Amino acid sequence: MILRPVDSEKNSAWTRLIVPDTPDFHRLEVYRAHGGYEALRKALGMKPEEVTDEVKKSNLRGRGGAAFPTGLKWSFMPKQSAKPKYLCVNGDESEPGTFKDRQIFEFNPHQLLEGILIGCYAMGITTAYIYVRGEYGKWITMLERALADASANGLVGKGILGTEFSTDIVIHKGAGAYICGEESALMNSIEGQRGYPRVKPPFPAQNGLWGCPTTINNVETMTNVPLIIQRGWEWYSRIGAPKQPGPILVGVSGHVNNPGVFEMPTGESLLEIIHKWAGGVPGNKRIKAVIPGGSSTMIVRGENLEGVRMDADSLKAAGSSVGTAGLIVMDEDTDLIRVITRIAKFYYHESCGQCTPCREGTGWMWKILTRFEKGEGTMKDIDILLDVANNIEGNTVCALGDAAAWPVQSMIRRFREEFEARAVDRPSGSREAAA
Amino acid sequence: MSIFTEENLKKIEELRSRYPTAQALVLPVLWIVQKQHGYISEEAMKEIAELLQVPFGHILGVVTFYTMFQEKPVGKHHIEVCTNVSCLLRGSDKVLAHLEKRLGVKAGETTPDRKWTLSETECMGSCGTAPMFAIGDEYYENLTIEKIDRILDSLQ
Repeated sequence: MILRPVDSEKNSAWTRLIVPDTPDFHRLEVYRAHGGYEALRKALGMKPEEVTDEVKKSNLRGRGGAAFPTGLKWSFMPKQSAKPKYLCVNGDESEPGTFKDRQIFEFNPHQLLEGILIGCYAMGITTAYIYVRGEYGKWITMLERALADASANGLVGKGILGTEFSTDIVIHKGAGAYICGEESALMNSIEGQRGYPRVKPPFPAQNGLWGCPTTINNVETMTNVPLIIQRGWEWYSRIGAPKQPGPILVGVSGHVNNPGVFEMPTGESLLEIIHKWAGGVPGNKRIKAVIPGGSSTMIVRGENLEGVRMDADSLKAAGSSVGTAGLIVMDEDTDLIRVITRIAKFYYHESCGQCTPCREGTGWMWKILTRFEKGEGTMKDIDILLDVANNIEGNTVCALGDAAAWPVQSMIRRFREEFEARAVDRPSGSREAAA
Repeated sequence: MSIFTEENLKKIEELRSRYPTAQALVLPVLWIVQKQHGYISEEAMKEIAELLQVPFGHILGVVTFYTMFQEKPVGKHHIEVCTNVSCLLRGSDKVLAHLEKRLGVKAGETTPDRKWTLSETECMGSCGTAPMFAIGDEYYENLTIEKIDRILDSLQ
């Protein structure tokens, strides 16, 4: 898997910052030759709260789906703590349509490690865990190699860069559970338990890993941190969309000529991403729909894409969200009932089973949708489906319930005619199934 | 006889320094056992429970929770085909159908000679190179029917 170069002027106008195109950038000596770990050196010369402040002012928002302001999250950590403090770095990357963090593990692992070290320094943390999904065995090996090189060169462990600052980094391998991308399930998984999300409050900054103050940040988020420290918050905050600035890795999949991960400033137009970066839709077909940020974000009709941008405000106005920036494109011939049935099956499979609305509801949604897929659904089923989704949303311990409900809700609200066309008792005169 | 080799026991002892509790070693130790034996038997779970001083029921709960831990032996090559949305849009149903036909088993089954196990899997993070399947840690991406045949021919 590579970051595909795109033959448009767009690509050459943007200098990649998260996954630079310098050959062998993943190697420590190459990374250092290009100024790598200098941001860490700079941070170690600052007061920890100054580092947090810099990240706060940069407006960096988490890249794992919730877009929470990173500096603010760091500031929730207690300055003094009798218990140890922990950082968990979320590389579970399991949201369907998302394949960005693996680019960082492969092409720029040291910038991730440097960001983690800076975060640990800012928050007074001496152990960080990087949680990587179990399927990424190959990428775990790459990351382990980078970590071993960094450790051997005095960049991780005791007395980093000749200072008093010491931090250990541990890579923890998951074992195939989408739910472990949820921050509290991730902590339980590190503790050696089933990946059950925890009830909040208490929040991780007070009571996280082993009951200690903990911060959880996404892999891509942490890879942004050295840039902010090295070049300052003012420079960073001017990149892309002001409320959610910086470079972003956008994964484009589905019906495009040139699928892949593209690094760009936030706030690019979705249509430009599809046509200029990802090479357009095969056969110049019409776009029927897109899922903008991974399978749990709400679907948007193709004809409503004009002017919609990859940033929080614009996608909110379009009734969706940035999520993980995993953009899934569907052309005019797509059977959306099949798509939503498959997505529903995923959430049914991945529900941890703790909360009744999610455990039962995801199964009901999948079964009803399977009826539509077979042409056995009824008009009444459409409303039952919506009712089930509405009763999951907001009624579960974690956001997986919402993540399962939103695709179904948005599909019915925005493509109701697709369901009606498949219903056995559709009113006569309604159009036949489109797909 | 212990399910652990001397080397693995040494590795586990090293891991202890990375976590403040022994329970946190459950996932890493399960991975070590699965790598050596191909799956995690009930006997193995009992021994892990003993080694880490964690109840057997807890180990069983963890093994059954995580999809990647196998409770039964799988075939020599375990083909896991992603059929989630991005792969679906790029023809994963054809990939699965071809594999079922060629191997003569359905998804979830193992061939009688125990050479192949075929599974459907959730998104593996290979959406930009769909359709795909994985065999162990190896990802096979941008699949075509011809490419699948070449891959299977090369694996003995």
